Amino acid sequence: MGRTLAEKLWDSHVVRSAAGEPDLLYIDLHLVHEVTSPQAFDGLRLAGRRVHRPDLTLATEDHNTPTDYTLPLAGTSSIKDDVSRTQIETLRKNCADFGIRLYPMGNAEQGIVHVIGPQLGITQPGMTIVCGDSHTSTHGAFGALAFGIGTSQVEHVLATQTLPLDRPKTMAVTVDGELPHGVTPKDVVLALIAKTGTGGGQGYMVEYRGSTFERMSMEGRMTVCNMSIEWGARAGMVAPDETTFAYLRGRDFAPNGADWDAAVEYWKSLRTDDDAEFDAEITLDASTLTPFVTWGTNPGQGAPLGSAVPDPSEFADESDRRAAEKALLYMGLQPGTPLREVAVDTVFLGSCTNGRIEDLRAAASVLRGRKVADGVRLMVVPGSMRVRKQAEEEGLDQVFLGAGGEWRQAGCSMCLGMNPDQLRPGERSASTSNRNFEGRQGKGGRTHLVSPLVAAATAVTGRLSSPSDL
Amino acid sequence: MDKFTVHTGTAVPLRRSNVDTDQIIPAVYLKRVTRTGFEDGLFSAWRANETDFVLNQPQYRQATILVAGPDFGTGSSREHAVWALLDYGFRVVIAPRFGDIFRGNSLKAGLLTVVLSEKAVQRLWDDVEEDPSTQVTVDLGERTVRWSGEVHGFELDDYTRWRLLEGLDDIGLTLRHTDAIAAYEAARRPWLPAVSA
Repeated sequence: MGRTLAEKLWDSHVVRSAAGEPDLLYIDLHLVHEVTSPQAFDGLRLAGRRVHRPDLTLATEDHNTPTDYTLPLAGTSSIKDDVSRTQIETLRKNCADFGIRLYPMGNAEQGIVHVIGPQLGITQPGMTIVCGDSHTSTHGAFGALAFGIGTSQVEHVLATQTLPLDRPKTMAVTVDGELPHGVTPKDVVLALIAKTGTGGGQGYMVEYRGSTFERMSMEGRMTVCNMSIEWGARAGMVAPDETTFAYLRGRDFAPNGADWDAAVEYWKSLRTDDDAEFDAEITLDASTLTPFVTWGTNPGQGAPLGSAVPDPSEFADESDRRAAEKALLYMGLQPGTPLREVAVDTVFLGSCTNGRIEDLRAAASVLRGRKVADGVRLMVVPGSMRVRKQAEEEGLDQVFLGAGGEWRQAGCSMCLGMNPDQLRPGERSASTSNRNFEGRQGKGGRTHLVSPLVAAATAVTGRLSSPSDL
Repeated sequence: MDKFTVHTGTAVPLRRSNVDTDQIIPAVYLKRVTRTGFEDGLFSAWRANETDFVLNQPQYRQATILVAGPDFGTGSSREHAVWALLDYGFRVVIAPRFGDIFRGNSLKAGLLTVVLSEKAVQRLWDDVEEDPSTQVTVDLGERTVRWSGEVHGFELDDYTRWRLLEGLDDIGLTLRHTDAIAAYEAARRPWLPAVSA
């Protein structure tokens, strides 16, 4: 019987396999950031261990970094919070001590870890990629096996470049057809999560298949794979194709010359065999999708923008009903309110989900010649300094600034309440990020997850909107 | 890592599903570079904002076993969530389903995560609420959870069970196979990307 893409990726990285033990899997690339690594480096020091492959390790600063500084930077003085600054300085010391390349704040290559890997071309098909961050699934868009790990595993990879793991099951998510006008990859994945719930993908390596994904840009595939973790999947991936190769060609770490030809030949073999079987399958029809937003406090609590806040009493499952009641209380929403009537205070455009150049272009196409509604704050945070530079070359920064928005430096920013970019208690946002958990964007903040197009239209009207409402 | 064999203690019923790791410990507590002292961050928003939150109720103050609804530990990969539970005094979390990364982290760090059916969890919630002093025994050797005459088996693969029973360091185990790692590395495709410091 044939094998799925995920099985091929797994099998080709098994260092050692023994009955009754997890497989020992080789890791081709380990991405590191300041939050989940300090205790791992300390563990190495305590045990007198070295980093086994610093050349397969790459670090950046993203979670803690402010996004309102001006260049050039002098040290870490722009980080006002002492604890945050210590964490950044600890990463710098660890990278220096262990010989790891780091892109610090102010560097032209700095940015969100899941944005810089692909743009450098160091994320390639066929690789295993890990990072102490659950959104590592993003890199699966290139036909890589990529997943988030905890700090114990970060230490394990630093010390051995391997991880002992049991092979997850495989699942196919097949979406066919053309996405209707105004429907984006973000809407596809939000609709998928609403269908499966936050635990639907638990225990699976998921392959996104079908004509919808085949037609999708690399940025769109990254958005979908990024949110695999939000429905519990261990990894998400798309088979590499001409779109993938075209994206990679000429990038910093991409192979050249004869190596490129050899690589592409290998990459073309990274497809699920026709006679392979998945352990589970889900299908969606692209033509039925519409812009999607969340109303609750987990990414599975979402609905079409054209619908209303649901009534918890209509939920059949008791646990779902309780969760919905609790979510609506936190979100300050009444059942039956049309989602288009929900007013927001802040619009956040950015994150590893939607902070790439294509996302900024999409939002700018809506905002060009328009103004942000009175009383609404629009924060635009490019995913990396390279995205920022490219956007400025295209004049997108002027579109955002002209509309009354803020144009900031690269970082995780308001995706998580860890740096100065936070919602205040009770404040409501439309956010292109990935999590609407209670307090995720700041204590007491209320988050609606949306696509870049919906974010931009919402900034203009002040209420959850799509471009067709303008 | 400390060995885990049998643990007996009282339990706290957390009747919530989808408890994500941002609720277990908000990001603001993740700025620290130390490995201990995260107990103040555990469920900090709920403890601060809800006076009747279970961890604020005196009858559950000594509990060492947390019993939660399905999809506990979804979301962020932060191992700080596991550390916060351990630092607060929990040794076991029981739920019908866990987020994958959280589960993996817990079993690395010595917090035993036990999957019981929703029905069994419901029974445990009811019994503990009726009598908060109910003694609950989690036996890793037998792979059972026992309380008040109830016995529920749980699944955990033999390898992980052995590692926890012996309190073994995963890295040390892997370093027994450096020859296999070197052999794999010698055969890697030459054009795979590498970084210079």
